[in-house]
Amino acid sequence: MIDKRVRSLAEAVAGIPDGAVVLCAGFGGAGLPDALCEAVIEQGARDLTVVANNAGTGRSGLAALLAAGRVRRIICSFPRSSGSVVFEELYAAGGIELELVPQGIISERMRCAAAGLGGFYSPVSVGTRLAEGKEHREIDGRMHVLEKPLKGDVALLSADRGDRWGNLTYRKSARNFNPTMAMAANLSIAQVRHIVELGELDPEMIVTPGIFVDRLVEVPG
Amino acid sequence: MPLKRRQIAWRAAQDLANGAYVNLGIGLPTLVSDFLPADREIVLHSENGVLGVGPAPGDNEVDWDLINAGKQPITLVTGGSYVQHTDSFLMIRGGHLDLALLGAFEVSEKGDLANWTTDDPGFPPGVGGAMDLAVGAKEIRVLVEHTTKAGAPRIRRQCRYPLTAASVVRRIYTDLAVIDVTAEGLVVRELVEDLDFTALQAKTEASLRPASDMKALRAPAV
Repeated sequence: MIDKRVRSLAEAVAGIPDGAVVLCAGFGGAGLPDALCEAVIEQGARDLTVVANNAGTGRSGLAALLAAGRVRRIICSFPRSSGSVVFEELYAAGGIELELVPQGIISERMRCAAAGLGGFYSPVSVGTRLAEGKEHREIDGRMHVLEKPLKGDVALLSADRGDRWGNLTYRKSARNFNPTMAMAANLSIAQVRHIVELGELDPEMIVTPGIFVDRLVEVPG
Repeated sequence: MPLKRRQIAWRAAQDLANGAYVNLGIGLPTLVSDFLPADREIVLHSENGVLGVGPAPGDNEVDWDLINAGKQPITLVTGGSYVQHTDSFLMIRGGHLDLALLGAFEVSEKGDLANWTTDDPGFPPGVGGAMDLAVGAKEIRVLVEHTTKAGAPRIRRQCRYPLTAASVVRRIYTDLAVIDVTAEGLVVRELVEDLDFTALQAKTEASLRPASDMKALRAPAV
């Protein structure tokens, strides 16, 4: 029998090694696996590289993991937003490395890793500082830069419903990075608002099939 | 009188075509959603994965699972849909959007756009979806105040700030004018009524020329 459900947040994040690349889903607070982020603080992994669209807001969730000093480097498109106080303090003090990546390129690099591809050429950032040092190539008369795949050791996800096979559905714009990150990591862990019986999720509505999910834990909210 | 910010948004909204798929950048362009012409169906895209952005919800209808690129709560119009992030940016980069309306720190006379960093060490940079939008949407228009608060021109011969993309902006809406970026340089299509062309040029670093049919830039109190 396949059963990817775990009983606790501690069990969900067990075994994340120091130095891991952690894909953290969410856009702002929507679809952000806040309980899993906080569970990583208890779990103890440090020296992490976090890939996320934003760098956390307030003092909870991803911001709490940053505040606990566990994140050495963040790969991110838009770190500063209203309430990103923890990141801003760390950044000003030189307490965190920032790699800024155009937003669509972050997710396409992860999709590329998920699909087993070696990279792709993109016109995004050509002629800007963010293209410096990248291989350039003209394709059909337009300049492109080579973007390499971005794979996670771990993905932290947030979904609305899931079953024991790890099939997931999402709500509204909370879907955002979750499906791509689920596919792009060696160990994908989801916090799920409602765990339902196998068969309850309409197969036409499943967005992330269980093949991409390793553990899920129920976190109502 | 210079236009107020909401009036700049109103003016930009008047040019949206029926049936257009349009992305609104954060800040000033987001205000455009309040002024969509009632006689046209325009589908607003939000980079986080919403196609068919509706008006802001009432206080009792806020759902934090449904937000826009600026992380503000929104609604979904009838016919709207949700997509995952990778597909949202496929729409952006793959030329599926007719238009992106973006904010800017500066625009050059060649249509270069600078809107992601001022290199202020106390202000971490944030590129977001700007570089994807700037090279991917079929057309880029910018909404920007004509000068900084200190009076420095934002429309320049060359951008001083690092570029988001080169030669992409086709039209600029400011509080003083509507300006097209053409192969022959910047052409003023509309100018507010109580400012003469020489005064507009004095507030602009790049060279301007009036369109042969230059009109008055007017907006209702909104």
